[in-house]
Amino acid sequence: MNTRIPMIAAGALLATLPLSVALAEDGYDAPADWPAPMAKHNMAMALFDRLEYAVPDKGHEELVWDFQAWYGGDINRVYLKSEGENVQGDGEDAEFESLELLYSRLIADFWELQGGIGYQGGVFSDDHAERGYGVIGLQGVMPYGIETDLAFQVSDEGDVSASFEGEYDLRLTQRLYLQPRTEIAVAASEAEAFGVGEGLNSVRVGMRLGYEVTRRLAPYVGAYWQKQYGDTADIARHHGDPTEDTGIVAGARLMF
Amino acid sequence: MARSSVITQPLSRRRLLKGGAALGIGSAAALGLRPAWADPWGQTNVYAKGVEEGPEVALAIRRESLEIDGQAARPYTINGESPGPMIRLKEGQDAVLRVTNLLDEPTSIHWHGLILPPDQDGVPGVSFAGIAPGETFTYRFPVRQNGTYWYHSHSGLQEQLGHAGPLIIDAAEREPFRYDREHVLLLTDWTFEDPMAVFRNLKTAEGYYNFQERTIGDFFADVREKGFAATAEMRGMWAKMRMSSRDIADVTGSTYTYLLNGHSPEENWTALFKAGERIRLRVINGSAMSYFDVRIPGLKMTVVAADGQPVQPVPVDEFRIGVAETYDVLVAPEDDTAYTIFAESMDRSGYARATLAPREGMAAEIPERRRIADRGMEAMGAHGMDHSSMSDSDMEGMDHSNMSGDDREGMDHSEMDHGGSMARESAKTRGNGMLAAGEAQPGSRYDQAGIGIDPNARRTLVYRDLKAFTPWPDRREPGRELELHLTGNMERYMWSFDGKTFSEVTGPIHFEKDERLRLILVNDTMMEHPIHLHGMWMELENGQGELIPRKHTLNIKPGERVSALITADAEGSWAFHCHLLYHMDAGMFRVVKVA
Repeated sequence: MNTRIPMIAAGALLATLPLSVALAEDGYDAPADWPAPMAKHNMAMALFDRLEYAVPDKGHEELVWDFQAWYGGDINRVYLKSEGENVQGDGEDAEFESLELLYSRLIADFWELQGGIGYQGGVFSDDHAERGYGVIGLQGVMPYGIETDLAFQVSDEGDVSASFEGEYDLRLTQRLYLQPRTEIAVAASEAEAFGVGEGLNSVRVGMRLGYEVTRRLAPYVGAYWQKQYGDTADIARHHGDPTEDTGIVAGARLMF
Repeated sequence: MARSSVITQPLSRRRLLKGGAALGIGSAAALGLRPAWADPWGQTNVYAKGVEEGPEVALAIRRESLEIDGQAARPYTINGESPGPMIRLKEGQDAVLRVTNLLDEPTSIHWHGLILPPDQDGVPGVSFAGIAPGETFTYRFPVRQNGTYWYHSHSGLQEQLGHAGPLIIDAAEREPFRYDREHVLLLTDWTFEDPMAVFRNLKTAEGYYNFQERTIGDFFADVREKGFAATAEMRGMWAKMRMSSRDIADVTGSTYTYLLNGHSPEENWTALFKAGERIRLRVINGSAMSYFDVRIPGLKMTVVAADGQPVQPVPVDEFRIGVAETYDVLVAPEDDTAYTIFAESMDRSGYARATLAPREGMAAEIPERRRIADRGMEAMGAHGMDHSSMSDSDMEGMDHSNMSGDDREGMDHSEMDHGGSMARESAKTRGNGMLAAGEAQPGSRYDQAGIGIDPNARRTLVYRDLKAFTPWPDRREPGRELELHLTGNMERYMWSFDGKTFSEVTGPIHFEKDERLRLILVNDTMMEHPIHLHGMWMELENGQGELIPRKHTLNIKPGERVSALITADAEGSWAFHCHLLYHMDAGMFRVVKVA
């Protein structure tokens, strides 16, 4: 029975009313060569939540991606997540702001606990500072339908940081939606090479207007505002980068 | 048209098919033709003959190219037809049904609603190993019942692609009603997508097929109608739960073409009659996922049987038919005119349609579809009844006392009466605290047809109306109660009993041989589930006391608590599941072992 404890625990979390009648534990007497009456299916899915070209007011134009893919069953999944950008015209390679491989487990109806390893740095080259990190996060849907991704990172240098992303789809018509989103980054210690200061790093707020041509393809346009704070802003100023910026984006949400 | 000429036509065609099937061919002859049982003249008492007539029937299963709604498709076919031929048996026969698998994958046929030995039930992994490619399996069972049933594959998602057909059993003795002609009306939902792709869409993207979600426009419309406070409160409740009140059907008309006897609404399959005749319509919902509301504008329908079992006549204007249910209705058109048989999907995203007419080529007006309804408080009914396992934050917002009378308006009023029925049904408990046999459970809503039905618009059949002619043989009170909760997670498309999918449970549900038990089903989800028990009848405790009806499939509305009495006389292992195909495949399936 002991091996079933994790399964039962998950079942209990999932059941809104886990009132189970006591049942005998023996199986039913199907011969071994019979198939299972119901197959168990693993699924896979890949999503570019954002694949967009950003034109900021002050900074450089960028190609930005926000990607995630998963494979697995109802409870246990493996995730591959990545966010990054390729700054246009700076002669440098694209950069993974994050590239993460995560194990994910459903711990409540709307919440997955995720943990794994991540990488930050250049995609093809060593144009950018690199670091590896461990990550633990919570991904899910908050009441009122706010899609949430909260993650804590500890880098190979021991730097601790956290990020929050939230977005919400407001349905204007069956295919047209308005999507406010926000990203907040904080850090417990400075990592200057990555432009990270201690404390609140940055806040980014955006709004996108998308049209679902199909459920799998939704081109959109949008605008954002972002600001850096405290030490992080100082680092940016030191590099001659703006600490507050607005911009417009055009791109698509793609699901495979 | 002379009757003799139109009656001989299906006979010759049937012979052709029978011969073809015996030779292992038979599909070519049928290409492009309507299913043979869907003959426009139906059957009369005088010419009571079927297409694949028992007791010995040969069925060949193939996957082949056929046109559906005028488009190229590759359905599963049975003797060259999709949906398959009608099988006609007679009560008292010993049926011999030879099913040959000409696919490159295993298959099976389950005889839905038939009481038969456990190894003849046709569920791979429960009753037998399945039918391997190239193999012929011979089903043999005594036919000891009569009425309107159906058959379908119980392998994977094959049923979605036309692997189903009607199964009619003629009564050995005179039935309690008479009719001059009969037609079989088989409702199905066809998709040109691969069913596995449909399943993946449901699993990976919630609301994939729902193009009737609430929009900002609906919000402002509600504000105008009910005021800001009431609207905000209601919407807030649903938003807080992260659910859609428009989640009426998982798979909708956005991918489905709803078929009646294999024909789309545009193709307008026609059932013929002569004015003054009394016609028996045997309506079967052979859909994978779709509930229908069936009506024939201009005609009163008299319901005379449910799930193949006779019931005392109920005159209605409309009835809701859950997936896998069957209803027999009588109609008696007096006029020499056409009538539309209109089967609107429960979420109003589409409809199936046929015409009942005195001549071919006629059509009557097609009614306008109703607007999709929003689920209201009733969907939370079961949650409200068992507070113990709900956290406080979940319960807030569901507190019925928060709702003023005004809030309730605008919502689907047909569903709103359950406070009243609870009080009414709290009586008649026995010494051991259990309700007396036949009494309705508190939390049942047998007097409501369900979501999207306005009880004031027309007379609609409700479960409360179903009343048997005579008491069923086992008069014992239940010896025990077995309570199962219907559970799910819409976000992940996980469906289960008691929170456990089939792959998570450790063993079967046990019924003791020959015990009389009460099965209580509590729907904790926000969707309807048609729950089907193989091998044994479920006597639906709808408050009709001794005359409760018996069914093979029970529709459990969201938040509802439904009970049925079962005589566990069928030794062996049986499937027990939600008959929504993708719910079953997602895990809402159990094995019942009677020993």
